[in-house]
Amino acid sequence: MEILIALAIGVLFTVGVYLVLSKSLLRILLGTTLLTHGVHLLLLTMAGLKTGASPLLGEKADSYVDPLPQALILTSIVISFGVSAFFIVLAYRAYRSAGMDDVEGSKGERP
Amino acid sequence: MNNLLVLPLLIPAFTAVILIFLKERINLQRIISAISVFVNIAIALIIVYQVNTNGIQTLYMGGWLPPYGIVFVADMFAALLVLTTAVVGAACLFFSFASIGEQRERFYYYTFFHFLLTGVFGSFLTGDLFNLFVCFEVLLVASYAMIVLGGTKVQLRETLKYILVNVISSSLFVAAIAYLYAATGTLNMAHLAIRVAEAGQDGVMNVIAVLLLLVFSLKAGLLLFFWLPDSYSAPPLAVRALFGALLTKVGLYAITRTFSLIFVHDLGLTHTLIGWMAGATMILGAVGALAYNDLSRIFNYNIVISVGFIAFGISVATQDSLNGVVFYLMHDMIAKALLFFLGGMIIAASGTEQLRQMGGLIRRYPWTGWMFFILTLALVGVPPLSGFAGKVMMVRSGFGEQHVALALIALASSFVVLYSLIKVFQEVFWGGERSEEEVHPLRYKAMMAPAAVLFVLIILMGIGAETVNGLVAQAGAVLADPAEYINAVMKGVDEDGLSNIVKSHDSVLVDVPE
Repeated sequence: MEILIALAIGVLFTVGVYLVLSKSLLRILLGTTLLTHGVHLLLLTMAGLKTGASPLLGEKADSYVDPLPQALILTSIVISFGVSAFFIVLAYRAYRSAGMDDVEGSKGERP
Repeated sequence: MNNLLVLPLLIPAFTAVILIFLKERINLQRIISAISVFVNIAIALIIVYQVNTNGIQTLYMGGWLPPYGIVFVADMFAALLVLTTAVVGAACLFFSFASIGEQRERFYYYTFFHFLLTGVFGSFLTGDLFNLFVCFEVLLVASYAMIVLGGTKVQLRETLKYILVNVISSSLFVAAIAYLYAATGTLNMAHLAIRVAEAGQDGVMNVIAVLLLLVFSLKAGLLLFFWLPDSYSAPPLAVRALFGALLTKVGLYAITRTFSLIFVHDLGLTHTLIGWMAGATMILGAVGALAYNDLSRIFNYNIVISVGFIAFGISVATQDSLNGVVFYLMHDMIAKALLFFLGGMIIAASGTEQLRQMGGLIRRYPWTGWMFFILTLALVGVPPLSGFAGKVMMVRSGFGEQHVALALIALASSFVVLYSLIKVFQEVFWGGERSEEEVHPLRYKAMMAPAAVLFVLIILMGIGAETVNGLVAQAGAVLADPAEYINAVMKGVDEDGLSNIVKSHDSVLVDVPE
């Protein structure tokens, strides 16, 4: 199971990095989203998967899932959700008012 | 346990929320903001006093003992930086009153300002790596909003790049945290220090350490500063002062903390790497500072040079150099804020950022001119001003520890700082007025007041270096020998006790009925 998820994380990272390196602003946005997905999955996988029980079953439980990474992911998802929303609105605004839809337009004038 | 430690976060966060509801009442916003920053200074002073008399202060959130739950720690290093941030933040607030403009004030400028302070204070005080990530995000999200507030074309363009860089570095930060949790099973910094010491800093740990170093370097502008000069030129002047003084320093704080507390068992790898990066940063920053004729870029590359300088002190990692790091960090936060205040006045008075179009300002603004001159000397490190003590400690131990090349680069970078800022002084203040436009209106006194306060602080820090050094030495001692920090956080939780706590802790959990 861990191997499978690790492969998925690898694919997410690869695709994310590929998209971030492209010119179009929309692709870059999607790339960062995939990148954060990959990171969240990584955080989840690192605590071990399929241990056979849900977290916090009490002291007599034979097995339980580590609840901490889930709490961390929740926090991290909320943050990346907010930042992505802001990023998308900003890109839209840049497109509307500055006519910028790819990074070519972002170089700016050099002194 | 000391509940005071949470107040530096709570007060600005609370203030920010209140200010959201006072959108149209700008005067009230200003008054509440001013009260809030002064209360923060008072609390920071009390924290410094308590750490000075009673040693390291800790706060276990919700009473959960470490390694469970979130812990807040104020050692002398964190306390001094909190105090400096509170003072610089207050000065930036008063500079904002004079320069930010009603339009921005109406659109939640002060709200974002206080959220930014929340994030900065939180980063300094937290004792938990994931909580550090959260505090980073708080200050970053506030900084995104502050850079773009106003929505000019330049701002939109630069904010897009700034957010992209920071989203990627935050992703890498979470990845590094995931690896670290997998390898050690904890995220409490003191507990991490114990676990890493037990497990030994082998290949995996080194990979994680370097990943964390990359993340923090992106935030601090250490070697990976490509985004900094452009992004920091976009927002209005008060925001630039705030960013230039505080944001890169948070990254440097994180590097200092991580590589003096957790990853200290393979100095040959990590600290050599920091040393190389520091050297390259100073050289590249110097090239930038000499290359441009545009005020904001010269200042921004000066930020880069000082980041490299502080990182040089971190890489040497003796007690003496770490003292220097603490001292110089404090000095640099105040001095960079002042540099941007004076630069802001210059830009506002001459209506341009190009040096070639300025001149003769000394006749209109003699005080600004001479303050700029003395500030230049302080940044270069001329005694008895505040830059001197930190620089001399770092460079001395650099020579003592056989980092001769780095120490020489550091010294040479000081000359570049001198040259670039004296060039600014000459072009701006000497000669005749070069701009044909009419004199730009300037709220001179309101802008001068916060600048004058910081100016006095720089002189006092230089003259009273001996007194300040008493506090700084305590900070450096904890950084050089983190045992005191670890003991304070894990008080009563020794190696055997740790497993006892695990047992007693499990029994707290609620039994789920079958």
